[in-house]
Amino acid sequence: MSSAVPSRPTGTHDESHRTAPHVTIRGLCKGYTDAVIYDNFDFDIPRGKLISVFGPNGCGKSTLINMIAGLVPMDAGEVLFDGRPVSKVKFGYVFQNYREALFPWLRAFDNIAYPLKLMGIAKRERDRRVERLVAHLGVKVDLSLYPYHLSGGQQQLVSIMRALIVEPEILFLDEPFSALDYEMTLFMREQLQRVFMETATTMVLVSHDLEEAVYLSDHVLLLSRHPARVVEFVPFDAPRPRTDRTMSDPGFVATKAHCLKLFQREVHRG
Amino acid sequence: MKRANALLPLVGIAILLAIWSLVSFLKLVDPVLLPSPLATFRTLWEGMQSGKLGVDFVRTVVRTITSTAIAAVIAIPLGIVLGSSEKVYRSVEFLIDFFRSTPASAMFPLFLVLFGVGDRTKISVAAFGAALVILFNVAYGVMNARKTRLLAAKVMGASRARVLFDVMLRESLPQTFVGLRNGVSLALVIIVVAEMFIGSTDGLGQRVFEAQQLFDMPAMYAAIFAAGALGYSLNLIFLVIERRFVHWAGR
Repeated sequence: MSSAVPSRPTGTHDESHRTAPHVTIRGLCKGYTDAVIYDNFDFDIPRGKLISVFGPNGCGKSTLINMIAGLVPMDAGEVLFDGRPVSKVKFGYVFQNYREALFPWLRAFDNIAYPLKLMGIAKRERDRRVERLVAHLGVKVDLSLYPYHLSGGQQQLVSIMRALIVEPEILFLDEPFSALDYEMTLFMREQLQRVFMETATTMVLVSHDLEEAVYLSDHVLLLSRHPARVVEFVPFDAPRPRTDRTMSDPGFVATKAHCLKLFQREVHRG
Repeated sequence: MKRANALLPLVGIAILLAIWSLVSFLKLVDPVLLPSPLATFRTLWEGMQSGKLGVDFVRTVVRTITSTAIAAVIAIPLGIVLGSSEKVYRSVEFLIDFFRSTPASAMFPLFLVLFGVGDRTKISVAAFGAALVILFNVAYGVMNARKTRLLAAKVMGASRARVLFDVMLRESLPQTFVGLRNGVSLALVIIVVAEMFIGSTDGLGQRVFEAQQLFDMPAMYAAIFAAGALGYSLNLIFLVIERRFVHWAGR
């Protein structure tokens, strides 16, 4: 398998006002028995950016990335990655529940290598690629341990590496840090930012923490109550690497306040 | 302190032996009914060393292990097949639960007709009982495989067969071992009962029954202790194997 070089936009996707979107979502519909979650939803995910999805409880943030990633069927609509369906795309997915997402019968190293095993790559090559990724990200975790001997943050780091090992063109993260304590969350934000800067992979992060959503992303996708529509796609272009100083930066404070205002308006509309 | 804690399990044993010795020394119970601990353990030791008890012990071990092995070979693959599709399992659930709830000893006459008087009947009834217990546990282990883990394998592009072998099978192992431990215990119970009443000439059940008929109480207690030690050891062996192969269970 060659590494995933994102192909240039081909123009096969729907016309849109943003240039070179990576993923185009058109006419997405999804309903459960008691509610319509998405009704004719359109959105473009920009290439090589980290976007956060934020919105009121139950508005379908996780459902959105699950449908894009093909984990949850949509009722109607189309999701295309540079014109291709999800089945033709190498993507990574990081679950909130790392404890249940990792395989406890495999050592951390073999967990990371498992997707390569599925691709039929020989053991020596698998080991080489995992070691290369570890060196590239500068990860300092004893990968010969089983997952249950690692801390929560280390386990989530292992799942992120497992998602990255196939050199995905897009990475989905479903509230990846919400099961971690605050200290570990801060550390993991730095790790994720570093991975993003190193790999420039398109990332879609579902978050329930507005500070995290703004701090990490290039754009915050604010969703309304269901049926969800885009309230605003808020840009935040502070230079990277962002640090603790970023959080007291006027631009950050203003962006976060703006998002909060929109969010609260949505919440109170209900 | 740690060492002292390790000795705690011996306290109960010491208390039991003390009360037993006292009762037997003061002759609170007819000595014919309750021999002294010393006489009992001497009989146990001699019987296991050179007497017939050792032979009977081995016969019971062989029968129990054979029936559990037969049960495992049938029930584990079947449990995986049934458990991997909830619809399939639900359609046979009643049958499994019904026969699992039927006392296996009630099946003796039927199996006697099928297999005649002999080891085949004992082993097949025990295997029947153990198989249902193992089947039930394996199927539930597979069905209760963590959904996130299955989803994780799926997003990584694992085929249905890979998901079954790489994830479901491993996920079901802890529950499979619960089934194996329950199964071997049940098999031992059935084998001992069968040895008592189904025209047997050897085995621990036969030894207990014969000692009772001859009113040889030390021999009877010795055989009971041998059976207890056997049941305890079988459980322990499976626990050790489980810790070894299912190191992640409960973590």
